[in-house]
Amino acid sequence: MYSGPSIYCFVVIITVFQPLRFLLPWKEGATDRKRMASEEESAVKEPLDLIRLSLDERIYVKLRSDRELRGKLHAYDQHLNMILGDVEEIVTTVEIDDETYEEIVRATRRMVPFLFVRGDGVILVSPPLRTA
Amino acid sequence: MLFFSYFKDLVGREVTVELKNDLAIRGTLHSVDQYLNIKLENTRVVDQDKHPHMLSVRNCFIRGSVVRYVQLPPDGVDIELLHDATRREARGG
Repeated sequence: MYSGPSIYCFVVIITVFQPLRFLLPWKEGATDRKRMASEEESAVKEPLDLIRLSLDERIYVKLRSDRELRGKLHAYDQHLNMILGDVEEIVTTVEIDDETYEEIVRATRRMVPFLFVRGDGVILVSPPLRTA
Repeated sequence: MLFFSYFKDLVGREVTVELKNDLAIRGTLHSVDQYLNIKLENTRVVDQDKHPHMLSVRNCFIRGSVVRYVQLPPDGVDIELLHDATRREARGG
């Protein structure tokens, strides 16, 4: 036989806390999930997401061996392999004159319509630098 | 896997592979693998006077890691397809 006070406590607990159930973080609604999914697609969380913002835009790429590229970014992956369109490649060389020992800085330019670039040569990726 | 799929679609097209040692080889893309190793057929070195290395070589296997650029045919693949595939790859990664 339950004693009086314990039944009383039981009833109090139920009546007091029952209305507070709406505070429980119950299942997320379907609309909440959809919103979070679309936010995930456009959220900038890591450095590769910054590059994603430059898709179909012109970018500047600094490569190893004193090379630079300026072109339109069509595709990239996590290794920074890239496909660029309408690319200008600039190769910078320093020649030392045998007699005067002066350094001659030479920039060789070349245009390539459509280029795959292997990611292991990439140093940095940026929007194109605007030189006045 | 994005570029692996892209190169698989490009098999049979003429490409120019520029290596990290400045050698440029023009040939028909025969096959590619997940490491982007490339097999070229009917190859010719681009600047034959400067690089008299492979005058008699007509088919070659190129290790993916020695590639600097691959010059692609401009009408290679649909650009929109590339953009969509990139967005999907970026999200999943």
